[in-house]
Amino acid sequence: MNETAIVIDKLTKKFEDVTAVDGLSLEVEKGELFGLLGPNGAGKTTTINVLCCIFEPTSGSVSVGGYDVRREPENVKELIGVCPQDTAVFSYLTGRENIELFGNLHTMPKEKLKKNTDELLERMGLSEDAKRRVGKYSGGMRRRINLIMALVHDPEIAFLDEPTVGMDPQSRRAVWDFIKDLKKQNKTVILTTHFMEEAEELCDRVGIIDYGKLIALGAPEQLKAKFGAKNLEEVFIQLTGRRIREEL
Amino acid sequence: MNFQRVFSLVEKDLKRMIREPATLFLIILFPVILTIAFGVSFGAIGGTQSTTYQLGVVNMDIAGPYQQWSQHFIGNLTDTEILKIQDYSSNETGQADLIQGKIQALLLIPEDFGQSCDSFWNAPTDPSLWVNTTLTLYLDSGSMFATQAIPPIIQEVLVATVYGTQPVPVPRPIHIGSPSLVQASKLTAFDYMAPGIFAYSAIFLTMTVAQSFTTDRENGLLRRINTTPTTSSEFMTGQAVSNMFAALIQVALVFAMAYVVGYRPNVNAATFTLAFVIMSIFALCNVGFGLITATLAKSSGAATGLAFIFIIPQMFLGTFVGAALSPSAQAAGKFVPSYYVTDALTSLFLRGAPVSSPKILLDLLVVSISSVIALLSGILLFRKYGKT
Repeated sequence: MNETAIVIDKLTKKFEDVTAVDGLSLEVEKGELFGLLGPNGAGKTTTINVLCCIFEPTSGSVSVGGYDVRREPENVKELIGVCPQDTAVFSYLTGRENIELFGNLHTMPKEKLKKNTDELLERMGLSEDAKRRVGKYSGGMRRRINLIMALVHDPEIAFLDEPTVGMDPQSRRAVWDFIKDLKKQNKTVILTTHFMEEAEELCDRVGIIDYGKLIALGAPEQLKAKFGAKNLEEVFIQLTGRRIREEL
Repeated sequence: MNFQRVFSLVEKDLKRMIREPATLFLIILFPVILTIAFGVSFGAIGGTQSTTYQLGVVNMDIAGPYQQWSQHFIGNLTDTEILKIQDYSSNETGQADLIQGKIQALLLIPEDFGQSCDSFWNAPTDPSLWVNTTLTLYLDSGSMFATQAIPPIIQEVLVATVYGTQPVPVPRPIHIGSPSLVQASKLTAFDYMAPGIFAYSAIFLTMTVAQSFTTDRENGLLRRINTTPTTSSEFMTGQAVSNMFAALIQVALVFAMAYVVGYRPNVNAATFTLAFVIMSIFALCNVGFGLITATLAKSSGAATGLAFIFIIPQMFLGTFVGAALSPSAQAAGKFVPSYYVTDALTSLFLRGAPVSSPKILLDLLVVSISSVIALLSGILLFRKYGKT
């Protein structure tokens, strides 16, 4: 894998007459924990979906782990783990079965899959509930399973789309610790979040996008200094305004 | 093709079938309940009871040197025990009773019946010397079971009367309906219905497949699986295998339940195996229909309704219901795959036809081609329009 984990060059993604991402260019280094921030409907999830080979770019080029998402999606999918924004779990399977299913889809060896599953369940405080069907889980538990399913195969690059939404403070802290550990393992993490405190706590750099365009890029400290703000939330509000938006 | 992925997807789908109550009901409980209900209602309990049908006979071949043939034929019809023969002197009097429901069918034996039989025996290998004739059969259209049961019984008796036990030549001097080799004695209405029930059960796979895909799509699971290295062919193979497996379980359960309520078809291991093969292939057809439904449906609720686009025609035109329909509806049945499944299973289980008989192989071919077309269409449509 290259030292640059992700290269986005003039990415545009349109849905009929709506431009969700508009000429976005960005690079993320290997081992970096990068935060993608923006208001609702700014184009964060669309960008992630292009990086994960779910959507094809309308124009521009995107490479993940040195592989072009359009020409080499199979190679990209071998490298990545994706935690979607909306919890996507099979409610009729148990927590363990959901995790093992995705481990098997990544063709993990049986022993390693069991070891990783046990470790992650323990880490997320779900060991005792692992044999219960996910349909019986609370919202927070589902989100934790959702995250484990993305990471059980030990991906080089993790896309975490608002992973802590709906979690209580304890669970959120546990996930933060977990994400920090990923960085210690030199994994590349792309994190989207609406919690500026989360981005400030975790991210090496953040990119703020609005109307599909990158409007700020840098380390949280750099951005705070540049905009004379006390925290990242002030930077965010200064750049994107106070108008309430809804995602379409 | 990675078998670890396919196996894990199959395992996931089988767990869904067992754990989701609605799916479990449609795939497992519904066919079982249906079989028991029909078995109890239509005389299969215990395997020794038999239904009888009132058959009116107008014998116009009562004079001349060949009349013993028609007498012999009527005697054979009486010997089946399932048919109670009532003689009529004319078509009009027989029709009057048929209209009033006193008899379920009326058979007209033409004047040249005996002559036709005799001409066959005088020159069995030379059809040009035969006197061809046709038996006329009227059926009570209001009696679903009579319309289904009586023609093959008469056909069987006719074959036995005219040709005895020798192999039946393809050209024949006497015709009635489609040729068949029915074991006519001790049959119940359920015996005629059972093959259609096998096909009927599998038809509902269309709905479960459509619901499964639309629910997974709504919940973002298809998209999530699409972020893994799983290929479309692996995913679809998983679906096909799990649903074929479900169809096999259905056949086994329906057969077991039918056996419990007295169904005793004259079959062997080869017949069973072929029946399972036919049902497996038919399951693929319904997976295809399910995928087409999932492509059209915007939600899982809509999928449930839209699935009936495929279920209703197959149910009414191609299963045990079909025999009670009008001739035009029966002709339309030949355009639905379930017709050929029911026909093949009827030939195997009811008529005791050998697995290599051309009729069975033709049915198998039609079911296979239909399934390939439905499955490929479903996969292509779903991949292009149905994933998101």
